[in-house]
Amino acid sequence: MKKIHFSEWGIDSPRYWGMLAVLGAIIAVAGLAVFYMEHNGHWVTGMTNQVVWGMPHVFAIFLIVAASGALNVASIGTAFGKKVYKPLGRLSGLLAITLLAGGLAVLVLDLGQPGRLLIAMTHYNFKSIFAWNIYLYTGFFAIVALYIWFMMDWRMNKYYKPVGVFAFVWRLMLTTGTGSIFGFIVARQGYDAAIMAPMFVIMSFAYGLAVYLLVLMFAFKADGREIGDVLLKRLKNLLGIFVAAVFYFTVVYHLTNLYGTENHEYEAFILRDGGIYTLLFWGGWVLIGCLIPMGIIYHPALGATRGGIIAASTLVVLGGFATIYVIVIGGQAFPMAMFPGKTIVASGFFDGVNGQPMLYSPSLPEILLGLGGVALVLMLTFIGIRVLRFLPTSLADEVADPHHAKS
Amino acid sequence: MSKVEQQGRREFLKGTAATAAISIAPGVMLHSLTADAAPRTEAVTDKVRWGMLIDANKCADGCTDCVSACDKENGLDLVNMPEGADESLWERQRPRWIRQVSLKDNLSGKITHLPMMCQHCEKPPCVDVCPTGASFRRADGIVMVDRHICIGCRYCMMACPYKARSFIHAEVAEKLTHTPRGKGCVESCNLCVHRLDNGQTTTACQDACQHQAIVFGDLNDPESAVSQALKKYPSVQIRADLKLNTGVRYSNI
Amino acid sequence: MTRIRSMLLLAMTLSGLSGLGNVYAAEAVEGSAKFEKLDQCVEPTSVMRRNHFEFIKHQRNLTVHQGIRGSKHSLAGCVDCHARKDTEGNFVPVNAEGQFCDACHDYAAVSPDCFSCHSTVPGEK
Repeated sequence: MKKIHFSEWGIDSPRYWGMLAVLGAIIAVAGLAVFYMEHNGHWVTGMTNQVVWGMPHVFAIFLIVAASGALNVASIGTAFGKKVYKPLGRLSGLLAITLLAGGLAVLVLDLGQPGRLLIAMTHYNFKSIFAWNIYLYTGFFAIVALYIWFMMDWRMNKYYKPVGVFAFVWRLMLTTGTGSIFGFIVARQGYDAAIMAPMFVIMSFAYGLAVYLLVLMFAFKADGREIGDVLLKRLKNLLGIFVAAVFYFTVVYHLTNLYGTENHEYEAFILRDGGIYTLLFWGGWVLIGCLIPMGIIYHPALGATRGGIIAASTLVVLGGFATIYVIVIGGQAFPMAMFPGKTIVASGFFDGVNGQPMLYSPSLPEILLGLGGVALVLMLTFIGIRVLRFLPTSLADEVADPHHAKS
Repeated sequence: MSKVEQQGRREFLKGTAATAAISIAPGVMLHSLTADAAPRTEAVTDKVRWGMLIDANKCADGCTDCVSACDKENGLDLVNMPEGADESLWERQRPRWIRQVSLKDNLSGKITHLPMMCQHCEKPPCVDVCPTGASFRRADGIVMVDRHICIGCRYCMMACPYKARSFIHAEVAEKLTHTPRGKGCVESCNLCVHRLDNGQTTTACQDACQHQAIVFGDLNDPESAVSQALKKYPSVQIRADLKLNTGVRYSNI
Repeated sequence: MTRIRSMLLLAMTLSGLSGLGNVYAAEAVEGSAKFEKLDQCVEPTSVMRRNHFEFIKHQRNLTVHQGIRGSKHSLAGCVDCHARKDTEGNFVPVNAEGQFCDACHDYAAVSPDCFSCHSTVPGEK
């Protein structure tokens, strides 16, 4: 294995600035959407007193979950000592930070009182997993920044491993924390499950790696850097395992639910009668998010092509959005079981009369806000790799693969 | 506060509750009470726990007196639909503190009606999840929101098993002095806390109910009307499985 | 943030102005507020000028969390005393342009956040 060199992203200026301009425009539109929503109030969104978390939360949770997963590549290199992953670590750390920043921006800008963010920083209720998450998120920024610094600075290289291990542990806590936001909600049938937290961890592995692969392949292609087939195959196989694990957790989650009679109505809603949620579950979560990517990845011919890897990663991301949508919105759309053994036949506050689900249709500004978060992630990432040395000059197999000489 | 004074207040409450029970015109009662009552000058303590017993058998089909009384008392009727809003969407966004619910028993088909509102849990999930501590339980058992530190994240609404909370989706032009309200915060039934703090001992919904389906009072006082009623009639908590020890109880559901 | 604040303020001012046009056809009458007949506020004027927010904030926590109401530092008390009436006898919002709160706050360029939730005219009691 040769010595790895890193260099700034070298695409031509017009192209670079052009991309930033497009992303900037998307962010500006999202900014207008935020101003519109905050100025008027949430009545201009599709969110209601029944479905209180909407599209912004779907985007925010996806990005936050993907953030901790994106750090995985670096963790494998550091915490588990796999040499081949080491050159990939810097971008992994950067993506973790930018994804988290994008996700948190969306989350914060949807608050009813975004101007009171300072209060969230000064008033804490330590019983709240949300308050814990504030620490987990800010801590994550600090630790990953430290981690990147130690990776980049040869003088600090000796401390790089302990920080890497710490970052790995921290990211596990972070995703557990995010998953627990739902797991701790005893009120709603779809959420009240201990499996939520580990399921979010495994989902973060898959989504983070898929995003990582897409960004890596795009950045390398754009300025003519090389990625070796061996390395890509490793990453792709890893993605396959993660996606399979998501699928496994999905099956277990629903099977255990089906065991208990009290959950049958919820399961019937998600799996059979839920309309858009059923469609998104089977079509998005299961098919697009799990089965098709697995099919591509493990297909002897398709899985070996770059197009196949890009397609699989893209599908995992799209399926990931569908998954979060089903969990966040579907879980709220299903009427709460307040009166077991009874049917609500009339209500002055939309309590799910005759078992009808709560209505929600996302409004344009909500979606624009979410897309703005995605654009912010990409913009920060592109700026990062442009000004600092995040990308290895080459990941060709003879450079990156320690076993290359042997084969 | 000395023991003697405490006793005095309790006696006073008991006395008024007794008169209220025999009084035919509650309006007259209310007046005399307000005249005596003074705003609270000392912090509330856990010696009192406010609570309710609602008798679903007495609650009548189609009657929404408690709902309108609550709307009026707490200024919810002043929350207007914003210009240009979609009416059916706005119906799902406007705030409600109390609502009428009709249930049909799946086995017998028996229909019951009851008002639902914040159940004022002893261990409220909304308080557990609130990141800033804006959602809190007052010493006297009232679960409420400190709007000054509510950031509008709506996690409490996700966590409430009773769907008791409302988010204020629009600017509110006109508000009452005793019930401040503004865009971007969460709120819910506070057992007419301004009345209690000013020395009154009834809630608006209770006063409005012609069928005497709502008995309100101090759960810690064994002599209070609500404690007596709870002792006398079988009652349940909604979602008792969550073991939240609600302050609002129901009989004949 | 400041932009949102300032836009909000603008919106509030605009709605305030339109309000003046419709409901408050007449100007606020000088001398129609209670404070104008009193020698002093609940504290000496210099103390109030400097510390009124501290008083209000302290009282707000006592009121919300401990249920102590009607004390001399309550915001309801401020509004009750400082709101003027127009010629038709209707109260003019205490934060409307040129009125008690606005007069100083406009000069100091600090926008009070109280009235996004609190009533701007004296209430029921």
